Amino acid sequence: VTGEPREARLNGPAGRWVGAAVPRKEDRRMLLGRGRFVGDLARTGMLHAAFTRSPLPAAEVTGIDTSAAVALAGVAAAFTAADLGHPYLLAVLERDEFTPTGMPLLAGDQVRFAGEPVAMVLADDPYTAQDAAELVDVDWRPLQAVPGIEAARDSAARQVHAGLTGNCLVDLTMFDDATLPGILAAAPVVIDAVFRSARVAALPLEGRACLAEWDDRDQQLVLHASTQVPHQVRSGVAQALGIPERGVRVIAPDVGGGFGLKCVVGREEIAVAAAARRLRRPVSWIEDRQENLTASFHGHEQRYQVRAGFGRDGRILGLAAEIDCDAGAYSAFPFTSAVEPLMACTELPGIYKIPAYRARGRAVATNKAPTAPYRGVSRPQLVLVMERLMEKAAVELGLDPLEVRRRNMIGPGEFPYNGVNGISYDEGSYRESLDLAERQVRETFLNGGLSAGQAGLLAGVGYACFSERTAYGTPTMSQRRMAMTPGYDTALVRMDPSGEVIVTTGTCGHGQGHETTFAQIVADRLGVHPDRVRLRQGDTDLASYGWGTWGSRSIVIGGGAAGRAASLVGRQLRQVAAHLLEASPDDIELAGGSARVRGDERAALPVSELARIVHFQTHRLPEGLRYGLEARASFDPPGTFSNACHAAMVTIDPGTGEIRLCRYLVVEDCGVVINPMIVDGQVSGGVAQGVGAALLERVRYGDDGQPGSTTLMDYLAPTAAELCPVQITHLETASQFSETGAKGMGEGGMIGAPAAVLNAINDALRPAGISFDHIPVRPAEVCAALADTALAGDAAPVRRDGNERGAA
Amino acid sequence: VVKPAPFTYHVAHDVAEAVTLLTELGEDAKILAGGQSLVPMMNLRLARPSALIDITRIPGLSYLRAGPDGLHVGALTRHRAVETTHDAAVLAGFGVLQRSAHWIGHYPIRSRGTFGGSIAHGDSTAEWCILAVLLGAQIILAGPAGRREVSAGEFFEGFFTTAAGPDEVLTEVRFPAPAPHAALAEFAPRQGDFATVAAAVSLDLGGADGPDANGQAADGRVCRSARIVLGGISAAPFVVDAAGLAGQPTEPVAWREAGEFAAAQIDPPDDDNGDARYRRRLTATLVSRALAEASQR
Repeated sequence: VTGEPREARLNGPAGRWVGAAVPRKEDRRMLLGRGRFVGDLARTGMLHAAFTRSPLPAAEVTGIDTSAAVALAGVAAAFTAADLGHPYLLAVLERDEFTPTGMPLLAGDQVRFAGEPVAMVLADDPYTAQDAAELVDVDWRPLQAVPGIEAARDSAARQVHAGLTGNCLVDLTMFDDATLPGILAAAPVVIDAVFRSARVAALPLEGRACLAEWDDRDQQLVLHASTQVPHQVRSGVAQALGIPERGVRVIAPDVGGGFGLKCVVGREEIAVAAAARRLRRPVSWIEDRQENLTASFHGHEQRYQVRAGFGRDGRILGLAAEIDCDAGAYSAFPFTSAVEPLMACTELPGIYKIPAYRARGRAVATNKAPTAPYRGVSRPQLVLVMERLMEKAAVELGLDPLEVRRRNMIGPGEFPYNGVNGISYDEGSYRESLDLAERQVRETFLNGGLSAGQAGLLAGVGYACFSERTAYGTPTMSQRRMAMTPGYDTALVRMDPSGEVIVTTGTCGHGQGHETTFAQIVADRLGVHPDRVRLRQGDTDLASYGWGTWGSRSIVIGGGAAGRAASLVGRQLRQVAAHLLEASPDDIELAGGSARVRGDERAALPVSELARIVHFQTHRLPEGLRYGLEARASFDPPGTFSNACHAAMVTIDPGTGEIRLCRYLVVEDCGVVINPMIVDGQVSGGVAQGVGAALLERVRYGDDGQPGSTTLMDYLAPTAAELCPVQITHLETASQFSETGAKGMGEGGMIGAPAAVLNAINDALRPAGISFDHIPVRPAEVCAALADTALAGDAAPVRRDGNERGAA
Repeated sequence: VVKPAPFTYHVAHDVAEAVTLLTELGEDAKILAGGQSLVPMMNLRLARPSALIDITRIPGLSYLRAGPDGLHVGALTRHRAVETTHDAAVLAGFGVLQRSAHWIGHYPIRSRGTFGGSIAHGDSTAEWCILAVLLGAQIILAGPAGRREVSAGEFFEGFFTTAAGPDEVLTEVRFPAPAPHAALAEFAPRQGDFATVAAAVSLDLGGADGPDANGQAADGRVCRSARIVLGGISAAPFVVDAAGLAGQPTEPVAWREAGEFAAAQIDPPDDDNGDARYRRRLTATLVSRALAEASQR
């Protein structure tokens, strides 16, 4: 099979490519197995790395001997921290409340979680490397493990890192309204609650992977890595190994998913780079699933202690929150471990108008794998907190919970809204999305109630309303005070003499279809077909310094920069065409692959002809139009808020505790939709992860700090059998803060789903007088909670519909 | 670790050669059939056999044959072959095997995994192990001293331990008597996971002539006797005392009481999928549901 993907013909609104469901350029090679991932790369003389990892959650390393490993046939070398000179990664937040702690590439005299690498072995094949890794002899002196937030906060707790107090990597009170205690004391209804979410794994299909090689000609260390952030990997390698950034080239080939796990820099990849530099031989490391589950990065393990005051009309009067995030053993580079508490404190109020607010957040160090900004970053949790609060207040006050939400949410006509958290919310469709979702629930979920086959089941419907800030540029990121402050991105758009367009970007798509969506944006600006536009990404030698792909930033920031640069090239094309056609540039339009004089059908030149003339007939053009068609542009917006309303319907089997998701709908608004097919895919995938977090997923650690979820037999990710189709409706409130009107939307599915599913579970259990404030809710817990109620066991009465909402 | 420790690989071309290889290679050698349990354990280095003896090239070990002395299932019969059988003789007396096969793992696992491999592995949550005990199957083993039969009730000795000797190859499982009123009910956290609890039941019904024209069980039937076997609650499939069902009418209340009685007999373990109390709840529910389904057959 050869050739280009099938011709995209679907055109967007008003004859534009933006808005069209253009088939993904990526799909053909992926579906044919022709993607090129790190694991597909091979080099002559390549060595394979394996790591000797700590079996203990906390221990001193009193001795380490690699001689038996090195003696094994096929082993080229083995390195310890001392052999490498104790290199480490240091993530820094420039705040007094933050304590920096280095993450060594290989642990030296102390290990801080089970799975932490202490030695690296290089061998001719990965099996021999694994055999040799077992032969590294380590003397351990076990230390008392700190297995969780409670243990870590205990006054007698051992500190996971020297220099910490209360095991806090960061402890900051970001908002503190002096009037709040009085407001809460006087509030007619006060809700006190604790909300918890389990530690989860991002679980990309492809784990981490890298291939490092030394390039003598360029005097450069070349690191092919499965990453979301090639430039930050380059910075990490340069900083950890003490070499200039030019001396490192990071290339991300096809990347099989990241979900935030790959937006931080791993220690193993840099250790492999160090080995390749030292041995002058290519070195490959492909993380296995057990390493991915125990030794990469987790996220979302949080505890919220909340007090909220409500008026009799359901309006929230004040909110106080203490937020603890289990950060694990290390602060991940470059974001630091503060990423979860900072996000949680800043964005907890969400879409609700809160007059008085206090929030204190901590990143607590524990003897568990470190955490990364996994998809959603605190917002799945904080949305769950706010949506549970709305439900609890409604129950207390005897109001309809959707009405309580409406009374509190930022309404139409109130944008831009300046929140108590100092955030300016740009325009969204908060009220409209809820109204539409409620109508769709009535029309599609509840129509006809449960079928006879579902007799004996409890059913419930749950909602989640939220907004999410996307596309954080440096104006917003700088408030976090990271030593490395991300946010901007830069694109270069170049047209070659054939009229083909090459776009380079510092973003790094890893499954999001950027090759397609960026091409749609650029195609509209140059009047060419998207198939004429190729995206080059994931190569630090090709692209200007950029910040990769995470935080729902790429289509807004990277796509915005590409759009701007394309507009500049479009202006060059119009000027060239105007000169050749003897017209004014303002009268030239670019469409259908040609430059045309508006109103004159015959006066037109193909874009490819303009490109040919610019490059090969330069003398025909005046000085200012010569020497190439090329422009560079950057974009650095403050951020823009997407929003959505999710609704879920579940059934619960009282005899087994089984919770089944039966219906799911999303009404979402991400501004101008670049490609609705891709947006739907992102939403559905995010919902799947959120449903997994609500019902199944949990990285377990024992009280002794030992990991309990080491394979996909015990880390339960949802499969197609546990999910249901997601019905998606798009509203479109164009962003004033983005180049294209688009808002980011990579995380929303994940953000809304846990709250919607949890509310649906609690709605189903309402007849039993039970509710849960944690995720995941597991069948055993449902049965235990039902045990002492009239609904226990198989004799449960049938509830025919899920429409018994609050007794308004 | 998802890479096995070193091992040698041997192909057996007939059962005798497999037995010889087992004898020669010693106790650390393992039979490789479908590999759906052994290979993952090797990849995690939880199992480190010194040698694998591949028996999948041995001809004539894959069959489902119903005859006057019961149903013969060849050791290399894939789960998928049981799931998709249309053999009327198999379905008439032993349809519970076909109806239960979909609970085994996922499609690729059912396509590769073998009946004999599952029995030899001896996981107490395995559908075939539970049904073998339920239906009084005979396990046929070939060893240096020849062929012998062990009843399923004696075959499963504990966690992944069976009565098969280190030099014996499992060649066939024989189900001696038809069990038309049998059913298996199961609960797992996700489709395809190991059962948290599985309940298999078989009823001997009297007093009426089977299902009526609508396929519904005729009223007024009586349970002459019942067998109930549980998986997931002990080291080996657990046989519940079901004597109380003898003489009971086929009514939901009888099934519910039998479920509660079964739950009272067990001492299940606590683990991440549920504590003992939850497993008792599941047992009561699943036994009751399996009995109801079996009585409708």
